[in-house]
Amino acid sequence: MTAPFFKFGMFGDEASLLVAFAIGIGFGFFLERAGFASARKLMAQFYLTDLAVFKVMFTAIVTAMLGVTYLAWLGVLDLSLVYLTPTFLLPQIVGGVVFGVGFVVGGYCPGTAVASAATGKIDALAFGAGMFAGTLAFAELQPRIAGFFTSTPMGQVTIPGYFNLPYGLVVFAVVIAALGGFYGAGIVERILGKTERVTDA
Amino acid sequence: MSVTTDTVVPLPASDHAEARAAAPYTNPYLAGIGLGLVLLAAFVVMGRGLGASGAFKAFAAWTASFVAPSWAHSREFLGEYLAAGMPHPLKEWLFFEVIGVFAGALISALFARRVRVGFEKGPSVTTLARLGFAFGGGALGAVGAGLARGCTSGQALTGGALLNLGSWAFMLSVFAGGYGIAYFVRRQWT
Repeated sequence: MTAPFFKFGMFGDEASLLVAFAIGIGFGFFLERAGFASARKLMAQFYLTDLAVFKVMFTAIVTAMLGVTYLAWLGVLDLSLVYLTPTFLLPQIVGGVVFGVGFVVGGYCPGTAVASAATGKIDALAFGAGMFAGTLAFAELQPRIAGFFTSTPMGQVTIPGYFNLPYGLVVFAVVIAALGGFYGAGIVERILGKTERVTDA
Repeated sequence: MSVTTDTVVPLPASDHAEARAAAPYTNPYLAGIGLGLVLLAAFVVMGRGLGASGAFKAFAAWTASFVAPSWAHSREFLGEYLAAGMPHPLKEWLFFEVIGVFAGALISALFARRVRVGFEKGPSVTTLARLGFAFGGGALGAVGAGLARGCTSGQALTGGALLNLGSWAFMLSVFAGGYGIAYFVRRQWT
């Protein structure tokens, strides 16, 4: 086992900030490549005219998932040292719905807003300002909903862990579901008649 | 490109016009593989995934810490950045990562000739209304990310790849919420 490199002490906290910057460059680069610095491109997903959001997101998830699974199986990556955010099921579901509403009202999510701001979009800056204000508003509000905020805690739990399924089986199921989804996405895009998908600015 | 007859040779498009046309977006599957490899690199190098909302949290905490210090320090939600003994709030992995996101997006957009100051909106909505929606959407996004302990990068992408139960629940909820509201704000885009 040699990875995760940081967890094995190969470099320290200060260097990790440079790593963060470098990884961020890759992240922002591919977001923009995909067209996700454009709110119109992102929103097309929710009007079913261009399902690139689904395609990119699930391709990325499957790629990283297969990579992690394979490297763990090879004994190169210690998966137990990769941080899994603890699950708080109800707040995450409610938070997800609220976030989804904010996504389609605002036209962005935090990462894509930053990417869009880099390409000069003023509405992305407005979204960022909203995020700033919303964060402080939530900080003010959170103690009043502290009970809800920490409700349904389940600790660090995965889907295979929770349903008592072999990890590889769930990985396989996700890959099949994604492939089916990609095929379905193609059909939806064709049926809804928009041959002209959002191709550029 | 215009259709020409046999007898008329079209003038070549001026270099200036061609140079100004934005390049088409990358195939989503290829972009997705690239994004997935970046995420994998984060797992392998750092033992953590990507994120974005956390950077806004750190920045908001830092700003509040000198604009309204006693209020800021009383907030449990900002405690991970402002509690005693914590490092400077901006020495946060996600803050540096998000600066990288800006730089990476700018690099990609420069190569693709997609850098253009302006507003993304449909024809039926005024610029002011669009800015209002963007601000409001951002505020809701922050509240949602606060409740969910992350956003589409930190929860859906990162947790998705790790088969995190809460992350998958979050991801499905985001799509549900997004599709649910889409009809009501369609004037922004159509």
